[in-house]
Amino acid sequence: MNHEFTTAKAAGLISCHSCHLLCESGKRFVERVCPRCGAQLHDRKPNSIARTWALVLAAFIFYIPANVLPITTVISLGKAQSDTIMSGVIYFIHTGMWPIALVIFLASVFIPLLKLLILMFLLVSVQRKSSWRPQERTRLYRITEIIGRWSMVDIFVVTILVALVHLGGLATIHAGPGALFFGAVVVITIFAAMTFDPRLIWDTEEATYE
Amino acid sequence: MDSIISCHECDVIHRIKALPGKGTAHCIRCGAVLYKHKPNSLDRTLAFAVAGLILFILANSFPFLGLKIGSQVRETSLITGIYELYIQGMQVIAILVLLTTVLVPFTQMLCLLYILLPLKFHRLPKGLPRVFRFFNNMGPWGMMEVFMVGILVSLVKLAGMAKIIPGISVYAFLTLIFVLAAMTVSLDSHLIWHIWGENQ
Repeated sequence: MNHEFTTAKAAGLISCHSCHLLCESGKRFVERVCPRCGAQLHDRKPNSIARTWALVLAAFIFYIPANVLPITTVISLGKAQSDTIMSGVIYFIHTGMWPIALVIFLASVFIPLLKLLILMFLLVSVQRKSSWRPQERTRLYRITEIIGRWSMVDIFVVTILVALVHLGGLATIHAGPGALFFGAVVVITIFAAMTFDPRLIWDTEEATYE
Repeated sequence: MDSIISCHECDVIHRIKALPGKGTAHCIRCGAVLYKHKPNSLDRTLAFAVAGLILFILANSFPFLGLKIGSQVRETSLITGIYELYIQGMQVIAILVLLTTVLVPFTQMLCLLYILLPLKFHRLPKGLPRVFRFFNNMGPWGMMEVFMVGILVSLVKLAGMAKIIPGISVYAFLTLIFVLAAMTVSLDSHLIWHIWGENQ
C-alpha cells in the first residue's frame, strides 16, 4: 500500500461517531465532546477488542443451548412434541419443503455461526497486527453487520405460530427454552458487531509505514 | 471542519465534494460508502414517515391473520403473539419481539416527524442532537422486514394443516415495510447535522 492516505487519527482529528464531524482531539478528557452535536468523542471505539471478545464468547456459549433445547412444543390432542431448530429443518426436508428448510437453516444455524467465526477471525487478525488484505477483511465486517438481524426469523415464526395455533384441546404451540437462548444469541451477536471497530483493521497499515 | 470527512470504517480523510445527481461517494481506501446525493431528502423522508405512521396504525388495529380448522376460526392481530408469549412465561422473548416489530419502528417514525416537521418550516426542533442520535441508535433494532420473512415461513408451515385467512393488516404491513425502507434510504443524516451546525 502507498503512503498517500492520511487518517484522521494521524492528523490529530477525531470523527464524531454520531454526526461524523471531524473535531480536533483535545488533550484533556473534558474537551472530548463534539462541538456540533455534543456526543462523547473517541478516536476508536473504547475497549473494542476486549468487549467484542466477551460478547462473541458469550454468544458461543448460548449458541449450544439454543440448538440443543426445544424451540417449540406442539401439544396436539394431549400429546406433546418438542422441536429443536435442527429437528424442524429435518422435518421440512423430509416433507419436501426444502426452500423453507434452507431459509430456517441459513437464518438460524448458519448465519449466527458464520457471524461469530468472522468476528473471531477479525479479532485474532487485529490482535496479531496482520496486514493481510485489509479491504477484504473490512468487507467481511460489513457482512456481519448486515446479516445478523436475519437470524431473528425463527423467533418471529415462533411468535406467529404461538398466536395462530391456539385451538383449545385440538392443538396449541408453546415456545420452548431454546427460543430464549436463541434470542440471546441474536441480540448478543448484534452488539458484538457494533462494538468491533473496523478501523482497527487499518491501524496496522499506518503503523507499518510510520 | 464541515468540508472534510473521515471514513467511518478505515479513518482516511476525504474532502467533501458536490456529487452529481444520485451519485455516491466511496472511500478511496476501503470502499465504504461515505455519503450519497439525495434529492429533496427532507420532503421525501417526511412524506414516507407520515405514510408509515398511517400504515402502522392500520397494521396494528385490524386482524392480521386468521386460522381456520374445520369450523373453528382464530383471528389474531400483531400483538396477540407477543401477549401469548408473555403469559407462557417467555417475557424476555415477548419484549424482544415487541421492541423489534412494534416499538422501535413506531418510535423511529415519531422521532423523524419530530425532527423533520419543524425543519420543513425552517425551525429547529428542541434537542435535535439527542433525538437524532436516539433515532440512529435504534437503527439495527427495527426488524420489520425480517418479521415479514417470519410470516412467510409460518404460512408455509401451517398451509398443510389449516386454512389461513390474511387480514387487512397484512396488506398494510407489507406496504409499511417498503415505506420504512424508502424512509431510511431517503434520509440524509449529513444534511440534518449540517443544518443543525449552521443554525446553532
